[in-house]
Amino acid sequence: MENTQAVLCANVLKEFGQGENKTPVLRGVDYGVPFGEMNLLVGPSGCGKTTLLSVIAGLLDTSGGKIEVLGRDLSQSGEGERVKFRRKNLGFVFQQYNLLPSLTAAENAAVPLLAAGMKRKEAVDRAKSLLSTLGLEKRLNARPNELSGGQQQRVALARALVHDPRLIVCDEPTSALDEKTGHAVMELLMKAAVRPDRAIVVVTHDSRVFDFADRISHMNDGVITHVEVKRR
Amino acid sequence: MNFVAFQMLTGDKAKYFGLIFAIAFSTFLMSHQVSIFTGLMNRTQSQILDIKDADVWVMDRYTQYLDEVKSLTDQDLYRVRGVNGVQWAVPLFKGSTRAKARDGVFRAVILLGVDDASLTGVPRKMLLGTYNSLREPDAVIIDQVAFEFYFPNQAMRLGDTLEMNDHRVRVVGICDSAAPFQNFPVVYTRYSNALGYVGRERNLLSYVLVKPLPGVTGEEVATRIKAATGLEALTYEQFGWRTIWYYIGHTGIPINFGITVFIALIVGTVVAGQTFYIFTIENLKQFGALKAIGVTNWRITGMILLQAFVVGAIGYSIGIAMTAAFFETTKNVLDLRGFVLLGEIAGGTAVAVFLIVILASLLSIRRVLVLEPAVVFRG
Repeated sequence: MENTQAVLCANVLKEFGQGENKTPVLRGVDYGVPFGEMNLLVGPSGCGKTTLLSVIAGLLDTSGGKIEVLGRDLSQSGEGERVKFRRKNLGFVFQQYNLLPSLTAAENAAVPLLAAGMKRKEAVDRAKSLLSTLGLEKRLNARPNELSGGQQQRVALARALVHDPRLIVCDEPTSALDEKTGHAVMELLMKAAVRPDRAIVVVTHDSRVFDFADRISHMNDGVITHVEVKRR
Repeated sequence: MNFVAFQMLTGDKAKYFGLIFAIAFSTFLMSHQVSIFTGLMNRTQSQILDIKDADVWVMDRYTQYLDEVKSLTDQDLYRVRGVNGVQWAVPLFKGSTRAKARDGVFRAVILLGVDDASLTGVPRKMLLGTYNSLREPDAVIIDQVAFEFYFPNQAMRLGDTLEMNDHRVRVVGICDSAAPFQNFPVVYTRYSNALGYVGRERNLLSYVLVKPLPGVTGEEVATRIKAATGLEALTYEQFGWRTIWYYIGHTGIPINFGITVFIALIVGTVVAGQTFYIFTIENLKQFGALKAIGVTNWRITGMILLQAFVVGAIGYSIGIAMTAAFFETTKNVLDLRGFVLLGEIAGGTAVAVFLIVILASLLSIRRVLVLEPAVVFRG
């Protein structure tokens, strides 16, 4: 039977600290993200959204439970395998963009291809082409400090998409942007990334972007409390 | 990713140039001070280096270094000549006296008295005149330092006179001798003359210079002389090193230079390490992003090492060029002659800079390796 879930979490646990200082953050998360959907993960600060996103992205180990991403059981994978897996299959959009200040927009967008071993010229050309489709054709050689917040987030978006990943994880992608720019970024994200063989997980506090979701998973105190299915 | 590493490094110009300056400064200090030190140590054996004809030096058994002479007897010279394997053995006087110019200017000089018959020990590198002129009555050959001192701002010429111990001597040659430790003028004359130019002692034979027979090595003949006469006999290399080790062991020179080199090493490491560490800390989020994207720890270590080696190579090149430029511009200054940047010193400094670069990058590498990529999701 074909796997329809890009992400599947079953009773995922995550604790930080040791002994008496042990703090449970994920307390048995059951969570699924079907292919072809944009899933928003929402909830109050400290409820465990970012930790869950880190676990899904293979950036953190779990303390228990099972987590399958794109059909791979990450809870059974070693660090090296997870790094390769991320490089090939995941795209990241961060709240603070995390662009390299000394690289141009095109070079920043090309980083995942460079990390995969592609030649510089080929990687940068491919990134330029993608940036042009995101409306940055005139800012290809600008450095991050020469770009507006919205432009920087579009470069970050290009970086997340350039290597054609199947799962894109976004952490508060619009929180540093005004409403209009935030909407524009979400539209681009939806247009460029939502495809039948892909899925997007977005952690956000920003209720202004809830309309873009296929599904909204509400989280509180380390568990998913309910899932809201939306129709775009 | 090498390109990314290079761009990250050069992106912050202030830190980039700060790192290069730290390495260049450290390189310059280390290579310059070690060059001066080796130059000084080489000066201690200058007369040994200048005498090219003899392979073995014979001296009193308790002689510690070149300038500390206890005279031998004429009988010792004949005993050495009788040792199996000795082709010839000649006397050498080494001492000091005062030489005065006609205008009253005087200075202590190193006086070398070479064998009357063979002139063994006479300098071969003449700037004016020939060493055979030493056979003339009351003839001396002086080095360039002596000429510049007694006849300042005058073109080199022969025929001037000096007074030594109430003897009038005539300059018949000007030579280029290796710089002595204290940069005293050097005066060469025949052995028989030299004895008259210094105050009388019962014995004035400083050294016996020996040439082994063909097929006999210097070491072999030295061993035989020691066994047969009880005197100390060393090849010129052994005697040179004994003199150098004397200065290393009995003066504060190596400690002072050692401290300077050590400080250069520490300052270079600390400044480069600190700047590099701050540079890494400021880019921690970016390194975290790279790790999240899928760049391996090995790759990131490689990137940091590449950054370190780039600044190391550029800083070293600038520093060593500064040292080379210093010695190139001072090579014609008489008081500074003999100080050069040796290939060994340049190579040794490169190794030290390599260590600085490794140490400077270790902290940064550790900081990045323990960095959790999940840090990128923290605001």
